[in-house]
Amino acid sequence: MTPNPYLWLVPILPLAGAAINGFFGRRSSKKAISTIALVFSGAAFAMALFLAASFSSASAPYYFDLAHWIRSGSFQVDFSFYLDQLSLVMLLVVTGVGFLIHIYSVGYMWDDDGYYRFMSYLNLFMFFMLTLVLAKNYLVMFIGWEGVGLASYLLIGFWFTKDSAAAAGKKAFIVNRIGDFGFLIALFLMIKHFGSLDFTHVFAAVQSLPTETAGAGLLTAIGLLLMVGAAGKSAQIPLYVWLPDAMEGPTPVSALIHAATMVTAGVYMVARSSVIFERAPMAMMVVAIIGTLTALFAATIGIAQTDIKKVLAYSTVSQLGYMFMACGVGAFSAGIFHLMTHAFFKGLLFLAAGSVIHGIGGEQDMRKMGGLRVYMPWTFATMGIATLAIAGIPPLAGFWSKDEILWKAFNASWVYWLIGVVTAFITSFYMFRLMYMTFGGEYRGVVAQDAHGHDAHGHDDHSHGHGHGEPHESPWVMLGPLVVLAVLSVFGGWVAGYNNRFEHFLAPVFQGTSDVAQEASPEAGKSTLEYLLMVVSVGVAGLGWLLAYLLYSRRPQLPARIAASLGGLYRAVANKYYIDELYAVLFVKPLIDGSTTILWHGVDQGVIDAAVNDSADAARHVSDTTRHMQSGNLRSYAGWIAAGGAVVIAYMVWMGVR
Amino acid sequence: MVPLSYYLLLSGILFVCGVLGFLIKRNIITIFMSIELMLNGVNLSFVAFAAHWHALSGQVFVFFVMVVAAAEAAVGLAIIIAVYRTRETLNVDQVNLLKL
Repeated sequence: MTPNPYLWLVPILPLAGAAINGFFGRRSSKKAISTIALVFSGAAFAMALFLAASFSSASAPYYFDLAHWIRSGSFQVDFSFYLDQLSLVMLLVVTGVGFLIHIYSVGYMWDDDGYYRFMSYLNLFMFFMLTLVLAKNYLVMFIGWEGVGLASYLLIGFWFTKDSAAAAGKKAFIVNRIGDFGFLIALFLMIKHFGSLDFTHVFAAVQSLPTETAGAGLLTAIGLLLMVGAAGKSAQIPLYVWLPDAMEGPTPVSALIHAATMVTAGVYMVARSSVIFERAPMAMMVVAIIGTLTALFAATIGIAQTDIKKVLAYSTVSQLGYMFMACGVGAFSAGIFHLMTHAFFKGLLFLAAGSVIHGIGGEQDMRKMGGLRVYMPWTFATMGIATLAIAGIPPLAGFWSKDEILWKAFNASWVYWLIGVVTAFITSFYMFRLMYMTFGGEYRGVVAQDAHGHDAHGHDDHSHGHGHGEPHESPWVMLGPLVVLAVLSVFGGWVAGYNNRFEHFLAPVFQGTSDVAQEASPEAGKSTLEYLLMVVSVGVAGLGWLLAYLLYSRRPQLPARIAASLGGLYRAVANKYYIDELYAVLFVKPLIDGSTTILWHGVDQGVIDAAVNDSADAARHVSDTTRHMQSGNLRSYAGWIAAGGAVVIAYMVWMGVR
Repeated sequence: MVPLSYYLLLSGILFVCGVLGFLIKRNIITIFMSIELMLNGVNLSFVAFAAHWHALSGQVFVFFVMVVAAAEAAVGLAIIIAVYRTRETLNVDQVNLLKL
């Protein structure tokens, strides 16, 4: 442990940017706002690079205690930061991808009225996310955890005049609250049993406990509760429903928060708590099962979506499922590896989708796209690279990380592997479907004659200063980040994944976990079996591509006929298995009804309001009867005085006699 | 010599007459006179006690009461005239603007 006074600067820089733009942005020029937002997020990235350059595994982990916070007896929580290999990876991903998306946003959001607000929120998000990944104890992590939830809410509901956006923001916030409840209970359990929330203390205490092989104990409870929190933040079954709706936000937000960084916070948290999970096999199994099911489930929904951002949203849920699957089988470093490569290619996919939406004037329906490769070659090229990466075609980034996860899953159980491979096939299919529908064939959109024809039926409230005759390529301020992310999507996996370099880098963090123990057997990983599995997963990716090509490029009329012949099944998939409707019936409606009849009419009106009103009524009744003493009649006053005097005299006489 | 109790009895009768007149009568002037009757009833008991105990303070007190009564009569009669000018009646039951 080495103290490092630079740590706290990383999160505080974006906070300064958010504050300046938030307070003074309304009166500033857009150039000044962009400069401030980019300088402060860029400075955070530079700080992260500086820390990474000076990082050495010998002196790691770094820590820095900024200030005391809670001191109560022996229990204490401080504002302290912590940097080890794991948080360094997260730090670089968050600041790097975050900075690129800041640049992109300058182009994408330039014409929006709330430009300064948007930039301020983005910087605020960076601050909270960096607090989350740099926290040294669970409570500081929780601040970041709640803060990114807040930033997410603000940005989903960025176009708050639109009802659907405001509702989506609320939904995200409320669903996350359920997860946060689990997270909080886990923290309370830690305080009760370990007397601390500091990572080092908690993990040291946990390491002295035996593995809970038989039955469920304290660690299993903590693990499961942490998983509830992670499922909320990272959109896993059963709490994934908010993420697809979160696509109501501007596209850079979807890229930064709902694909690359915030939603991966759950994976980071589970990986960070690997010591706890290692000693609770049952909790691990739940993590793996939830991850595997989510991966498959979300992927199948992705097949039938027509909104380009919804496809990517379900794809994100599915890829997060992969990461949890990896964590669940003990391959934490593989999960984090996939988190990193996913940040590259999914961030790129969303930004490219934003470029498409921008280029055709706010249209998000893929049925109205097509043929765009001619109009926007750069977007096409970069999005194509990202698609190849997510499909797992070697040697792109997704191949390395996904293959790592599948191999580790196979070691745990072939069931996980099988579902993972099926999901890989579906992933490849729906991603190439998206590509063919968007960029292949002929342009199916309406070429508007008047300047603002497209905006009328655009999903995105994205208005342009110029008209839309034809689809056009985006400006370079947007294409630049696409190109950088494309380069990362191509080489990121190979550079880090070759020879398991990434895993060895993270090894000190996950020391003592079974994953590392497994790896210790000298290069047993590179057996023929692993190569065979690799061929299979690449094969299914190719198969998915082929199927998408056949259905959406060669015979574009075929999918509709297949959909019609499947009937109910297709409708169920297209309607997301009616999960939202199911939740509405099971949870939302009873809650609203219960609140209305019991809490509102019963408690609020029946008890609280009634108590206030009844006491007021009683006071009025008493006053009504007694006010008649004040008749205004002189002789009645005199009568009262005389009667009073008589009573006083009678009293005195009577007392005098006694 | 007349015993003290006779004076006190007379004083009490005067006072009760004043109270009853105050309560029963409607004319402000009559009510005013009833007040004077009560004051004088009390005055009578003061002088009676003063004579009985051979103490001067009772007599002195009566002078104070008479001074206050004179001042009160002056102010009171002025008010009565003002009331009569505005209301054109001296019936207290009709002078009830302060009523609810």
